[in-house]
Amino acid sequence: MTDPALITPRRPADVLSLALDWVYAGRKVAIATVVETSGSSPRPVGSNLVVDGDGNFEGSVSGGCVESAVVGAAQDVIASGAPALLEFGYSDADAWAVGLACGGRIHVYLERIE
Amino acid sequence: MKRELLETLVAAREHREPVVLARGLASGRQFIATLREFAGDDDDVDPALRDAARAALDCEGARSVTVGAEAWLLQTLVEPARIVVVGAVHIAQALVPMALRTGYAVVLIDPRTAFASEERFPGIRIDHRWPGEAMPDLALDPQTAVVALSHDPKIDDPALEAAMDSDAFYIGALGSRGNQAKRRERYAARGYTDAQIDRIHGPIGLPLGGRSPAEIAVATLAEIIQARYRPRDQ
Repeated sequence: MTDPALITPRRPADVLSLALDWVYAGRKVAIATVVETSGSSPRPVGSNLVVDGDGNFEGSVSGGCVESAVVGAAQDVIASGAPALLEFGYSDADAWAVGLACGGRIHVYLERIE
Repeated sequence: MKRELLETLVAAREHREPVVLARGLASGRQFIATLREFAGDDDDVDPALRDAARAALDCEGARSVTVGAEAWLLQTLVEPARIVVVGAVHIAQALVPMALRTGYAVVLIDPRTAFASEERFPGIRIDHRWPGEAMPDLALDPQTAVVALSHDPKIDDPALEAAMDSDAFYIGALGSRGNQAKRRERYAARGYTDAQIDRIHGPIGLPLGGRSPAEIAVATLAEIIQARYRPRDQ
């Protein structure tokens, strides 16, 4: 069996085309998009994350700070079909709260693929 | 988002065409503009939105506009930058998957089918024509890099000459300093100017000191990234 690490990818890494592959495979899919940033933020407006109904995800909307919260919120969006606009800001009071360590603020739009 | 819109977005990127996704941040309505069409959730489109989306086709990135009473996010997706790899050698086997993972599209050219085999490059678009035939079909635009890795002037030279005649943002050629000097002489004899020949990065890659094929691939990809974002540091 071929070592998976040696398998050549077949096309440029791109979250949106991966999302479409997941849809074709019959998975329930939501796409998260960074629609607004202020201050220091690791990923620019337009960055995407794709999530399926089992919580699998690819891509990013931050440096890893808020992805878990987005994946969690995506389950509601996938179940209900209603899009959501999430806001994340700086959080240092509680190490477990969801926030951006860099001090920035981002808005993330979550939508189900119909 | 409707699946048809996502399909249009992905298809535009695969065809190397710019596409603008417009989202109404209050209503959630979405429209897509390409050079040829404007499509979306319904037919009730404010002409001002259509004009703003079409105007945004030229500018990569995202911006907000207010149309009527609603804020719209216009997100412009441009085609991925592309690397034309000439010579299906060991370095290419390392460079191609790294380039794809970095988000670059890849075209591999080598008429030697034993080198450019499906087994060595699974799933990659391979052109088995000689570069003299293959390059004119590629429309080498300012989003394209050309790297010549074959070490064989019969294969590399036509590719590099096509690249020098194009708007490619990066041209690189594998080979020792001695071979680069001979290359300069050949191209000068064929009428290429110093300015054109100076566009060729050779020896290829940032001077990281690596020797293995994969290390040379890293240096090459790093130089391509630098050429794309910080051309003045070259």
